Amino acid sequence: MNLLVSLFKTSIGKKFLMALTGLVMVGFVTGHLVGNLQIFFQPDRINGYAHFLQALGPVLWAIRLFLLVCVAVHVWAAVALTLESRAARGPEAYAIKKWLSATVASRYMRLSGIVVLAFLIYHLAHFTLGVAQPGTFKTALPEWKMLEDAREFGFPLAAKGDVVHDVYSMVFLGFANPVVSIFYIIAVGLLSVHMLHGIDSLFQTIGWRSAKWSCLLRKVALVYCIVYFLGNLAIPGAILTGIAKPAVGTYAAQKLAASPAATSSAVQP
Amino acid sequence: MVAEHSVKKNFSVTLRVWRQAGPNQPGKFVDYPATDISPDMSFLEMLDVVNDGLTKIGDEPIAFAHDCREGICGTCSCTINGKPHGPGKGIATCQVYMRSFGEGDVIVVEPFRARAFPLIKDLVTNREAFDKIQQAGGFISVRTGAAPDANSIPVPKEDADLAMDAASCIGCGACVAACKNASAMLFVAAKVSQLGLMPQGQPERDKRVLAMVKTMDEAGFGNCSNQYECSAVCPKLITHDFIARMNRDYLAALFRSNFKPVSGASDGGA
Repeated sequence: MNLLVSLFKTSIGKKFLMALTGLVMVGFVTGHLVGNLQIFFQPDRINGYAHFLQALGPVLWAIRLFLLVCVAVHVWAAVALTLESRAARGPEAYAIKKWLSATVASRYMRLSGIVVLAFLIYHLAHFTLGVAQPGTFKTALPEWKMLEDAREFGFPLAAKGDVVHDVYSMVFLGFANPVVSIFYIIAVGLLSVHMLHGIDSLFQTIGWRSAKWSCLLRKVALVYCIVYFLGNLAIPGAILTGIAKPAVGTYAAQKLAASPAATSSAVQP
Repeated sequence: MVAEHSVKKNFSVTLRVWRQAGPNQPGKFVDYPATDISPDMSFLEMLDVVNDGLTKIGDEPIAFAHDCREGICGTCSCTINGKPHGPGKGIATCQVYMRSFGEGDVIVVEPFRARAFPLIKDLVTNREAFDKIQQAGGFISVRTGAAPDANSIPVPKEDADLAMDAASCIGCGACVAACKNASAMLFVAAKVSQLGLMPQGQPERDKRVLAMVKTMDEAGFGNCSNQYECSAVCPKLITHDFIARMNRDYLAALFRSNFKPVSGASDGGA
């Protein structure tokens, strides 16, 4: 049978696609978090970084398309596998059902997955498309003039004096809304739980797991998920509680100073 | 003294058993008292006693599958109190003793449930799907003739041990019954690995795993969620490491089969 057809048709093939796309997304969310943590530095850092990504042009679109395909395949595989498995269980349910060895994270993969998907759609509408909270979207804010050259590992991202989108202020103003921030925190919490089983599971599916190191694998996955959650908690958490304040002179600082009880309605321009 | 203390008194339990007259007929739970049960009786002997009572009063006895009653044939197949093969680890239903239960317990007995295991009657299910998977590749092809010299094919001890672990699968279907997706991955993985680990299994290794997984999918089993409920109920304690091994084997075979040059010769021997 043709390789692609087999991957999309057979049970193990579908699971392999699920594992592979999951692995890509674990890689993406890790890089995404590291990039976003630059919000805690001077505005030049994240604004320069965002400018660099925007300037990639067709490459950015290729990456976006690839990630969207990964999400689509992951969701499709999840739905297809779930429907098959439901049908396989048969007409009568057990009167008594016991869990013997399944981890808690593994029992709620569908629930956590659905919430994360809803979050993903909102997140893209919020910070990429500007449909949710358009008032604080980067295109609605005054542009940022780079104070210094922005470099990452010596690689130039944006030059001094460049006029770029003020992503820094967009993030600060966006997370000043407690409802949005709390939804973000819950969603990344569930994503961490989802990845806890997902990472462990993908090694089994690809066939790289055995009793010799399964215990270590679970611990590594757990530590990764905790660090990932804390990193993601830090951004909305610090902004919402006021631990992180926008740098003096930024648009976000002016706006938040004008309305200390920051809500989304208060920061409409 | 020791003997006196070790003898527990006879006791009574209530059996809540799934009764279903035949395939596609409505089923329901029926309660039966099991009185004066010796703690040293096996679970199946207790069912025999209850069935004797039912026969005496003219009721239909409870149909349940059993054969060797010593944990090696894989015929017995009850889900007892929500766990295939009941309480205990590494044992089949026939190895469950009534001392695992206490006075007045309500014991819920259900068949192994899965679409691929259609119910025949009461607690008896049709597990032919496993035979079909075996027939698809759970064998090696050997030409007839004089037997080769013993030990002419060296097998590393570790491989032999691992193959023996996989070969201890008795095909009872508890892995399917325990899986929330009714997946047969542990059974198929054991059968694939048992031969795939041995030198004699190499010529048909790729063909075997591809064919057995295909047959498994066609039989209507579900998909593995890597929750390992299967290995937790396996009466032979077969590890889910074999599932990882089969996944690896399957993917490698799938990729290899797509990039292998095709011979001009037709199938079959010379």
